[in-house]
Amino acid sequence: MIGTLYEKVFDAHVVREIAENQFQLAVDVHLVNEVSSPQAFEELLRRGLPVAHPERTFASADHSISTGGDVTLFDDAMCEAQVDMLGKNALDNRLTYFDPMQGLHGILHVVAPENGLTQPGMVIACGDSHTSTHGAFGAIAFGIGTSQVRDVLASQTLIVDKLRVRRIIVEGTLAPGVFAKDVALHVIHWLGAKGGLGFAYEFGGDAVSAMSMEERMTLCNMAVEGGARCGYVNPDAITLDYLRGRAFAPKGAEWDEAATRWLSWASSPDAMWDDEVIFRADDIAPIVTWGTSPDQSVPVGAPLPDPGVAGGDAEDLRDAMIFMGGEPGRPVVGTPIDLAFIGSCTNGRLSDLEAVANFLRRTGGCVKEGVRALIVPGSREVREAVIAQNLDQLFAERGFELRDAGCSLCCGMNADRLVGRQVCASSSNRNFRGRQGSPEGRTYLMSPVMVAAAAIEGKIIDARALENLA
Amino acid sequence: MSILIERVSGRGLPLAGNDIDTDQIIESRYLRMTTFEGIEAHLFESLRQASTHPFDDSRFAGASVLIVGRNFGCGSSREHAPQALYRYGIRAIVGESFGEIFAGNCLAIGIPCLSLTSQNCRMLMNICLAHPERPFDIDIRDGIICTYTQRFEFDLPPGRRERLLNGSWDALQVLLSEKTLIEEKLMYLPQVLRR
Repeated sequence: MIGTLYEKVFDAHVVREIAENQFQLAVDVHLVNEVSSPQAFEELLRRGLPVAHPERTFASADHSISTGGDVTLFDDAMCEAQVDMLGKNALDNRLTYFDPMQGLHGILHVVAPENGLTQPGMVIACGDSHTSTHGAFGAIAFGIGTSQVRDVLASQTLIVDKLRVRRIIVEGTLAPGVFAKDVALHVIHWLGAKGGLGFAYEFGGDAVSAMSMEERMTLCNMAVEGGARCGYVNPDAITLDYLRGRAFAPKGAEWDEAATRWLSWASSPDAMWDDEVIFRADDIAPIVTWGTSPDQSVPVGAPLPDPGVAGGDAEDLRDAMIFMGGEPGRPVVGTPIDLAFIGSCTNGRLSDLEAVANFLRRTGGCVKEGVRALIVPGSREVREAVIAQNLDQLFAERGFELRDAGCSLCCGMNADRLVGRQVCASSSNRNFRGRQGSPEGRTYLMSPVMVAAAAIEGKIIDARALENLA
Repeated sequence: MSILIERVSGRGLPLAGNDIDTDQIIESRYLRMTTFEGIEAHLFESLRQASTHPFDDSRFAGASVLIVGRNFGCGSSREHAPQALYRYGIRAIVGESFGEIFAGNCLAIGIPCLSLTSQNCRMLMNICLAHPERPFDIDIRDGIICTYTQRFEFDLPPGRRERLLNGSWDALQVLLSEKTLIEEKLMYLPQVLRR
């Protein structure tokens, strides 16, 4: 089939065109969380409508769930009511529920891929902007709001605009100590937080082809921070290897048929992309955000920019710098931190935590006194895998708190929050003002290994310097 | 019974700044609410507590046209943000550009998001500051915003314009009107089964 993956998958799911470039699109898999769904279920009840396709609807509580270690204890009554409501709605409507009481819960963007629910060629919708994560498999996956959650529950379809496709090629090989998170932050820095408006991002090139599925998930997860509603990577052998044997993956003869079909979704060499941007892996260093938008970042060795000479966005940059307490020309290295957070749908997967564990082993580092360092697995399955490798002991010995699965400090909905002007080195996805639960709190985004290095030093540092890579 | 959105008339509320994300519009702690009832009380809460804010400026009380900068509503897909603006009384948002998901969520509840050049955005803001009492008149069909003395053209993708004008912005009825087509399409899609 000729065309980009986006066009091919989109066209295969069009039910009809409602108005110019407004398509009624069928959804393969609908992921439902406790935050964006209560009003949607309520509306269905009010209108006397059933959930049209419960067999295509999957729920997990992630934002409000406590990560304190006992899922029956909530951080407050509102969180509890919300999670209870999700469980009840799942039960009443016969949805698959990754029940925390059975230890099946986690962040939807971690749980669905783990279970093999996320497959190439699918359209996946979820009331959460980081649904773009699932594009790592060659799916078209995007975040929606509560009204559209209602639409998908009631009809298994929704109305969306067809996007243009920007191909983003990363040529070459990433240097040691440079991760998928750095690639994502690099791309967002150069294309801007609004650069992707109206686009789906197709990531390709040697550096992306070489990435594991979990690294590709990190990259696609961050597409939305660059303004693109979805991002994807063409499916290949790595995609198939990841999916083989997972709970919802086809088996036997069905597998062979599916594998062939999945690979055929990939963009054809003669596809017409609407735009193309080429980056060189050599140019990418570990990156740290210094501001309040994900595109306000510098390579870890570089000084903070001078807003006065930064061009048309001078005022935005100045405001961000004042809020963060930075100064033009000062290095970002050496910024003291109060908290270190390793987790989220961006970087809370097993390979992220393994990378941190290996870094701790290589450097012998321990969390600096006065710093609180949290490791929050993206799912209970990730947590159990960590424990099976005895990494829980390593983390504890080195002063890290290994918590239960959930969104945690990424979005500040449960008790895991910043307080006052606290500074957090975070492997999450957003450095917005107030994002981590304190209006005055400050967030520096970076890769999990860079967070671990900051936890050890008590301040932001080039992680490579701790292991003589730089 | 669908509501057609052809015109929006009302006074303006200028909100300067770029990349104002949905976390700032409604903070995540209010995402624990299970209804949208009363959520408008928490619009821009922290910012309003920290300093003077246009949403507390008596000159703009009762305004229904929000004027914003670039990439307004970026970030989280929370519909709590557009819901709060709607419940506050905002019936149209005019700005340079909008977060993709936010703009879709606004359309889904009948708030047009209209794009202007950055220069025209600034002019509208200035008009608003100079004459907060003067209404704006927005004609969705013609793509024009009128003030007492000036006319500005805005951009709105034609399909979204059509959906506002014919009432299909309210999607659910439209979606359910072709159940057979949906079921036929779903028949073609692979089953999702635990195997």
